[in-house]
Amino acid sequence: MTTTAPNALNVECETGNYHTFCPISCVAWLYQKIEDSFFLVIGTKTCGYFLQNAMGVMIFAEPRYAMAELEEGDISAQLNDYEELKRLCLQIKRDRNPSVIVWIGTCTTEIIKMDLEGLAPKLEAEIGIPIVVARANGLDYAFTQGEDTVLAAMAARCPTPTAVTNTEERNPIQRLLNFGKKKEEVQAEASQYHDHPPLVLFGSLPDPVVTQLTLELKKQGIQVSGWLPSKRYTELPVVDEGYYVAGVNPFLSRTATTLMRRRKCNLINAPFPIGPDGTRAWVEALCTTFGIEPQGLAEREAQTWEKLADYLELVRGKSVFFMGDNLLEISLARFLIRCGMRVHEIGIPYMDKRYQAAELNLLSQTCAAMDHPLPTIVEKPDNYNQLQRIKALQPDLVITGMAHANPLEARGMSTKWSVEFTFAQIHGFGNARDILELVTRPLRRNQALAGLGWQQLV
Amino acid sequence: MKLAYWMYAGPAHIGTLRIASSFQNVHGIMHAPLGDDYFNVMRSMLERERDFTPVTASIVDRHVLARGSQEKVVDNITRKDSEEHPDLIVLTPTCTSSILQEDLQNFVQRASLSTTADVILADVNHYRVNELQAADRTLDQIVQFYIEKARRQGTLSTTKTPTPSVNIIGLTTLGFHNQHDCRELKHLMADLGIQVNLVLPAGASVHDLARLPQAWFNLVPYREIGGLSAQYLANEFGMPSVTITPMGVIETARCIRAIQSVLNEQGADVNYEPLIEHQTRDVSQAAWFSRSIDCQNLTGKKAVVFGDNTHAAAMTKILTREMGIHVVWAGTYCKYDADWFRTEVTGLCDEVLITDDHTVVGDAIARVEPAAIFGTQMERHVGKRLNIPCGVIAAPIHIQDFPVGYRPFLGYEGTNQLVDLIYNSFTLGMEDHLLEIFGGHDTKEVIHKGLSAATDLTWTTDGLAELNKIPGFVRGKVKRNTEKFAREQGITEITVEVLYAAKEAVGA
Ligand code: SF4
Repeated sequence: MTTTAPNALNVECETGNYHTFCPISCVAWLYQKIEDSFFLVIGTKTCGYFLQNAMGVMIFAEPRYAMAELEEGDISAQLNDYEELKRLCLQIKRDRNPSVIVWIGTCTTEIIKMDLEGLAPKLEAEIGIPIVVARANGLDYAFTQGEDTVLAAMAARCPTPTAVTNTEERNPIQRLLNFGKKKEEVQAEASQYHDHPPLVLFGSLPDPVVTQLTLELKKQGIQVSGWLPSKRYTELPVVDEGYYVAGVNPFLSRTATTLMRRRKCNLINAPFPIGPDGTRAWVEALCTTFGIEPQGLAEREAQTWEKLADYLELVRGKSVFFMGDNLLEISLARFLIRCGMRVHEIGIPYMDKRYQAAELNLLSQTCAAMDHPLPTIVEKPDNYNQLQRIKALQPDLVITGMAHANPLEARGMSTKWSVEFTFAQIHGFGNARDILELVTRPLRRNQALAGLGWQQLV
Repeated sequence: MKLAYWMYAGPAHIGTLRIASSFQNVHGIMHAPLGDDYFNVMRSMLERERDFTPVTASIVDRHVLARGSQEKVVDNITRKDSEEHPDLIVLTPTCTSSILQEDLQNFVQRASLSTTADVILADVNHYRVNELQAADRTLDQIVQFYIEKARRQGTLSTTKTPTPSVNIIGLTTLGFHNQHDCRELKHLMADLGIQVNLVLPAGASVHDLARLPQAWFNLVPYREIGGLSAQYLANEFGMPSVTITPMGVIETARCIRAIQSVLNEQGADVNYEPLIEHQTRDVSQAAWFSRSIDCQNLTGKKAVVFGDNTHAAAMTKILTREMGIHVVWAGTYCKYDADWFRTEVTGLCDEVLITDDHTVVGDAIARVEPAAIFGTQMERHVGKRLNIPCGVIAAPIHIQDFPVGYRPFLGYEGTNQLVDLIYNSFTLGMEDHLLEIFGGHDTKEVIHKGLSAATDLTWTTDGLAELNKIPGFVRGKVKRNTEKFAREQGITEITVEVLYAAKEAVGA
C-alpha cells in the first residue's frame, strides 16, 4: 500500500501570538469526569478569575475544585509551602473526603520553583490521600494539553495486575456492559472476543461516548480492558508491560509517551475516531494491530455518511479556516475535507508529528482522494496575521475562539466558536452528526436570515 | 495561601485593561503567559462587542523565563504601533510580571523611542491592588500623562467653557450598566443646562484630555473608579468635584443640589429646585411608589444587601429611606475602602458586613432569612438554593446583566428601574410563598376530568366566603386542592373546616 508521507504536508510556525484557553481549564471537565477527585489549582487571582468566568454556571454547582490562592508571603517564601498546602488539603479532606487530590501547578508555581512533585509524596503519606501533580500552566501548554498533563500524571498511578486481586470487579466498563447479565452469560460472552493482548484506551470522554466506542470495538471482538481516566480514581485501569494502548484525542502526546516509556506499553498509532472516516480508520488500525479482519466496517461508515446527506449538501464546496486553539484541528479538517469542504489553513497550537502521524497520513490521503490541495498547517499561529489572511481569503466559515467570533461576525464573516468542539460529543460513528450540526449552525443561520441586508455591521 | 472558590473583584490587570479598552484607539499589551488574554473573551461575550478588543499579549513562555522578555516586549510594542497606529500603548503587568521583576519601565522607554504612539507602563502591582483599584489608578495615570504632555507642549486649555460644563469621570467597559448610566447622566446634564465637556474613559480619545480643565467641575458617579483622577484635577486646577452617586430619589436630588452649589460658587446663578420637584413628581415614579399600597406592603420586610461600595450603599439607602424596608445587614467586598462604606450606611441597617469571602456572605444570608436579597450573581445563586429572590445590583455579573434594553441605575429613569427591580423581587418571593401555603405549584395531578365540569361537590356559604378571602392569583389552585382533598376524604360539602383541613393536609 502506498501512502503519502505526512511530511508532504506543509507545516509552518508563526509567533505563538494567539488566543486560547489556559490549560488549567481542564479542571472543568476532569472534575466532572473523575467523580471522586478534587482539583486544587495552586495559583493566583488571575488563574481563579479565568476559571470562575470560563466555567460559567458550573461554578455555582459547588464544584470539586478550588484555588489555593498564593499571597505575597508565599511568593517571598515567608510562608512554608508544605505547611500551607497541608492546611488546605486537610480542610479539603474534612469537607469533601475525595479519593484523590490533583494539584494543578501554574505559571507562578513554575516561576517561584515550588517543588510540588517533591512535596506531594510527603504530604500524601501524612494525610493518607493520593496527591497527583500536573503542571498545566500557560508557560508551556495550551488549553486541552492540560488534560494531557493530568492524564500523564495519572498514568503513573494506574495499578499493575499484581497490585489488584480482583480485576473483574475493578473494570467498570465490563461491569457496565455486563449489567444485568448472569455470570454464565458473561463467560459465554467473553468467548465472543478475539484472543488479543489487553487494550487500554486513554482520553477523557463523556460516559455515553465511552460506552459507544467500547461497543464499537466489541463488534470487532476487541475487548477494552480499561480506560484512562475512568469514572472514579479508585477504578483507574490496570496497566502492565506489554499492554496495548490507543489514544482517542489528538492532544494526548505526553500521556502516550508516559504509557510507552514508563509503563512499557505498545502505542497503537491511529487516526482519531472523529468523523465516520476517522472512526473507521481508528477501528481498523486496532484490528490490524491484533490481526483481526474488520467486520462490516465499510457498510457502517457508508450508512453513517448516508445519514449526513442533508448536512453534506450544506457544507459541500464551502471553505473553512481554522485559527487554531484546541489541537482537534487536524482531525476536524480531515473530516471536513472528506465532507467536501475546502480548508484554507489549519492553525494549531502544537503539532506532535509522531503522535499524530497516522492522522496526518489520513489527512494527506483524504486530500488526494478528494482532489484537494494539501492545506498549510500553521503551528503556534499569529492571530493578527491570520486575521489579515482571513480578510484576504473571505472564507465561508472561520472556526475560532470567542475573542474573535463576534468581531468577525460583525464584519460579515461566519464563525463557529471552537471551544464547543471540545465539549460536544464528537467521537464515533454515532456523533458525526453532532460535528456537522456544529459546523453547519452558522450556515443554517445564514439561510434563515438571508436577504435581510445587514451582514456587515461595523 | 488561601482556599478560594470565588472572587468578587478580579486581578489588577483586568482593571487596567478595562480602562485601556474604554478609550478610543488605546491598545493594551499584557505581559503575560498564553491564556491570560481571557479579558478579550469576556469583553466580546458580555458586551457583545463588534470590534476586536484592543488587547494583545506579549507572551511569557519558557524562553522568556530563561532569557528575559526585553526584546519581545519591545518588539511587540513597536509591532502593534505599526499595525494599529494607536495613540497610546499601555503595557500591562500581570501576576507573572510581578514576580519576574523585570525592568518593564525600561522596556517602555526603549520602545517609545521608536513608536509613534505614546507608551506607558501601568503602575499596578498584582499583589497590592485589585481590579477596581487598578482601574482607578490607571485612569489617573493616563490623565496625568496627557495633562503633563499638554503642559509641556503648551496645548493645555485651562480657560473655562462659557457656559457651565462637566467632565463625567469613571464610566468604563465591563462596568455594571455603565453604558445606560452614561446616557442617563448626559440626559440629566442636558436637563440641568450643563454642557458635557468630556466623558472619561468610555469613548474618549486621549487627545481630548488636554481639554479636561475647561470644565467647571467633575462628576464622579461611582465610588470605585474616577476618584483619583478627580482628586488630581482638583489639586492641579482647583476643579471641584461632585462625588455623590445619583442613585435613588434622595441621592439624585442631593447630587443635583451639590452641582448647583458648585456652579453657583463659580457665579452661574442656577436654581435646580423646580427641576428636582418636577422630576421627582412626574418623571420618576419612585416617590409615588413609596406612598402606594404596593410599597406599604413591603414595610418592615427584611432584606440584605451586598455588592461594591457604590451600589450596595445606594441600595441600602433606597430600601431603608425610600421604601421602609428593614435592611438587616449591608455589606461590601471593597475591603480596602470599608470605612467609607460604614459611614455611608450607618444608621440605615442593623449590621455592616465587610468581606470578600462568599461563604461568609452565604452563611449570613441563611442566618437572617431575608424576604429578598440584593447582591451579585453569587448571591443570586445562594438565593436560588435557599428559595429567596435576588435582585442583581453589582458585578460580578453575567451576560444577562448586560441588557440591550435601556436599564440605567442612575438618574431619574434609574429610580424607575430600581422600583421594578425591588418590587418584583419581593412580590416574586411573596407569590411563591402564598402558593406554598395554599398547596404548592403542582398542577400535574388532574383532580377531575375537565376542571370546570359540573361538580358533585357543594361549597357552604362560609366555605365560599373563606375561599374568596384568598388572594385571586392563588384562589383557583386552593379551590382545586380543597376539592381534591374533599373527594379523597369522601366529603361532599365543603365548609371552612374542610378548607383548612385541606390546607393542612397539603402542608403536611
Ligand atoms: S496562564 Fe498561568 S497565570 Fe494565567 S491562568 Fe494560566 S496558569 Fe494561571
